[in-house]
Amino acid sequence: MTLHPLLAALRRHKAGVVLIALQIALTLAIVCNAIFIIGSRIERIHRPTGLDESNLFMVAQSWVGAPAGDDQDTTDKLDSLLQADLSTLRNLPDVQSVTPINSLPLANSTWSGGASTKPDEKNEPAHVVYYFGGRDLLKTLGARLVAGRDFTDTEVGNRAFRASNKPAVTIVSRALADKLFPNQDALGKALYFDGSSTPTRIVGIVERLQASTVETWANDFAWNTALIPMRLNASYSRYAVRSKPGRLRAAMAATVPALYRANPMRVFYNDGVGVRDFDAIRANAYRADRGMAILMGVICLILLAVTGAGIVGLTSFWVGQRHKQIGVRRALGARKRDILQYFQAENLLIAGGGAVAGIVFAIGLNLWLMHRFEMDRLPVAYVVLGVAVVLVLGQLAVFAPARRAANVPPVVATRSV
Amino acid sequence: MFAYYLDLALRSLKRSPGLTVLMVLTIAFGVGASMTAWSVFRAVSGDPIPWKSAQLFVPQIDMWGPQAQRGGGAPDAGPPDALDYGDAVALMRDHRAKLQSAMYPIGPSVVPADAARHPVTTSGHAVFGEFFPMVDVPFAYGAGWSAADDGQRAQVAVISARLNAKVFDGGNSVGKMLNVDGREYRVVGVIGDWNPQPVFYDIVNSGGFATEGEDLFLPFNTAIAANMSNQGNTNCIAVPKESGFEGLQHSNCIWIAYMVQLDTAAAAAEYRNYLDGFARVRHPDWAPNVRLRDLPDWLDYQHVVPSDTRVSLLIALGLLIVCLVNTAGLLLAKFLRRSSEIGVRRALGAPRAAIYAQFLTEGAIIGLAGGVVGLLLTGIGVVGVGLVLPREIASLAHLDMRLLLSTLVIAVIASVLAAAYPTFRVSRVQPAWQLKSN
Repeated sequence: MTLHPLLAALRRHKAGVVLIALQIALTLAIVCNAIFIIGSRIERIHRPTGLDESNLFMVAQSWVGAPAGDDQDTTDKLDSLLQADLSTLRNLPDVQSVTPINSLPLANSTWSGGASTKPDEKNEPAHVVYYFGGRDLLKTLGARLVAGRDFTDTEVGNRAFRASNKPAVTIVSRALADKLFPNQDALGKALYFDGSSTPTRIVGIVERLQASTVETWANDFAWNTALIPMRLNASYSRYAVRSKPGRLRAAMAATVPALYRANPMRVFYNDGVGVRDFDAIRANAYRADRGMAILMGVICLILLAVTGAGIVGLTSFWVGQRHKQIGVRRALGARKRDILQYFQAENLLIAGGGAVAGIVFAIGLNLWLMHRFEMDRLPVAYVVLGVAVVLVLGQLAVFAPARRAANVPPVVATRSV
Repeated sequence: MFAYYLDLALRSLKRSPGLTVLMVLTIAFGVGASMTAWSVFRAVSGDPIPWKSAQLFVPQIDMWGPQAQRGGGAPDAGPPDALDYGDAVALMRDHRAKLQSAMYPIGPSVVPADAARHPVTTSGHAVFGEFFPMVDVPFAYGAGWSAADDGQRAQVAVISARLNAKVFDGGNSVGKMLNVDGREYRVVGVIGDWNPQPVFYDIVNSGGFATEGEDLFLPFNTAIAANMSNQGNTNCIAVPKESGFEGLQHSNCIWIAYMVQLDTAAAAAEYRNYLDGFARVRHPDWAPNVRLRDLPDWLDYQHVVPSDTRVSLLIALGLLIVCLVNTAGLLLAKFLRRSSEIGVRRALGAPRAAIYAQFLTEGAIIGLAGGVVGLLLTGIGVVGVGLVLPREIASLAHLDMRLLLSTLVIAVIASVLAAAYPTFRVSRVQPAWQLKSN
């Protein structure tokens, strides 16, 4: 088959051809960027936190009428309230371990600071997110230790919420260790938190532990985390609780009544629910990303459906218009397959032209989104995928009208009008 | 004449029902998707206090100096977006604006008088008495407190209608006593229906939007005296020298939001000058670096509209354009098929204007039908985003008359636009050529 008759025919429908090619180009541009957004959101949502996420839940509560302040007396009173709650939770039949904690990965309440290898540093080289907890902090989180050891009993202490004393030891994420001690073994080395002059020794390194927020402001230090063996004493508290395997629901159901029984003068957060399992925390953290991915998915589907239907409509019209010419070609010996292939080739030509323009549009749109909305650069793979999608869509859409064209009987040629 | 075109258009549409349905659905989906995205965008980008936003200003003062790293080290990041306690109290003391208030978020527990009920958590703000007239808080009962109450650290409270219902079972509760964190406060006002979104008076701590309104407002000085800790962000450039809440107050950690009302441009300019002098005195070690943004500017600066919402709107508008191009292509095919009919009409004396009127009418009918189906899709879309978007944003998107009307109008305009080029083409049809060829 030569291209010449194809091009000659297209020249007679310039406007229609340009419109359909333009539509394909715009579709490609939008679909590429939308699929890219979907892809990056899905990747983001499925990042592992480094925790053992099953059988984990968090309790958030505050004691009513508890003393407020940072003096020793108040701190002691608050710590005894905290210890009482810990033992209440630990004694529940379905609970494996429990730790007080200021926040969990993805839980969105964040305590961050700076870390340096030198004392009294004003501008610390690394931002770090802290998790303050008790004896069972590491065990309850289930983060995987890749070097060193867990805290020992004597290393765990407590302090008033707003006090500033620094811990003697810490367990850090590998990301933070690599950031502070590139190409060195960080284990056993000293670091300094928040420009302090007190050294803190690294006794353990965990493989991976995500920060407690997924907001963009924390992007630079999303994996720089440190475990601090200190119970924070304030008039409110949070507990991370690990249930026995498979007993998550039972442990969660028992938590609030048990705590109320031990001490009714308290309120629970999260609309009074007080307890949230980690799945709920994760879903809440990524709700916006999930919503965006779904939205983009729906728009992609509509877009492809509209463009596909448009191709069907326009090709059907052309088939009707060329009814007689098709008959003539058939009468002159063209096979059904030739007619089918003619329309398929025509569509490939138009869609191909549209796709070339579409690649330019897609990259332009991406550059603009990068400039305005801090989006990432569109990887070539998404453009290739987008081109493949519109070309396949075009072939699928053209098939039904092209088959109808192929079924035009040769006798049409001999009829007038 | 219009009735005739209408009749012609309907006949023509009936002749090819498949194509008609296709065009109607195309317009409907395009309009439905973009109106859904628009409803979300409109909800989050709206002015929460349109009658007054130009008179409300947020001052910023650089209390950290040029050495401080912030905003990822961007050189033009401007002063921090909140105040430290010392500056906030000094600004209140100077009292240079018509109305002003320092504020910080609090979250104390309220203990119901009925001992059988569990205590409830609340969220609210510690503010000055001027806060209520400044942001036009509507009161169902009573009012805010006086400057004297602020000065004397009076134990008074303003509560929301919801907290009023929860603790006092509703009604006029002015004068009743409320137990907040173990202390008794006299209720002086019950707020009516008020839940501005975004929470414009404290964007830094609310992050823009909140699912529920605030329950409790206490005098700033009273809350400080009661050691009621800050529930919002605290940002420190250095560890406070003294410990505790008191240490925080003496530090240059930032945790206080501030808003002033300035009625005229002259007053705003004067206040800006005052801020400059204020910074010169309070922070003599570096050149004064202050900002005074009005509320719309401040909301923009704080990126209150999520970029996801903007991107969604853009992508949805892109979809609408594709739908337009699609409809234009289909209409072109459909109209050109009737070239011979047009040739006959033109030969019989119909002017070009008549051809225009006839075919644009057909386009408008498709648009109207698309708009009606689009209404349905917009409805489904708004319910749908409610299921997938973050609650505090989704709860703001809603259907109303304006949205429904604009859906219809945009559908008609879109399809008339799509019909414009095809109509232009058919109006150029040469009658002689058409008549001859048959």
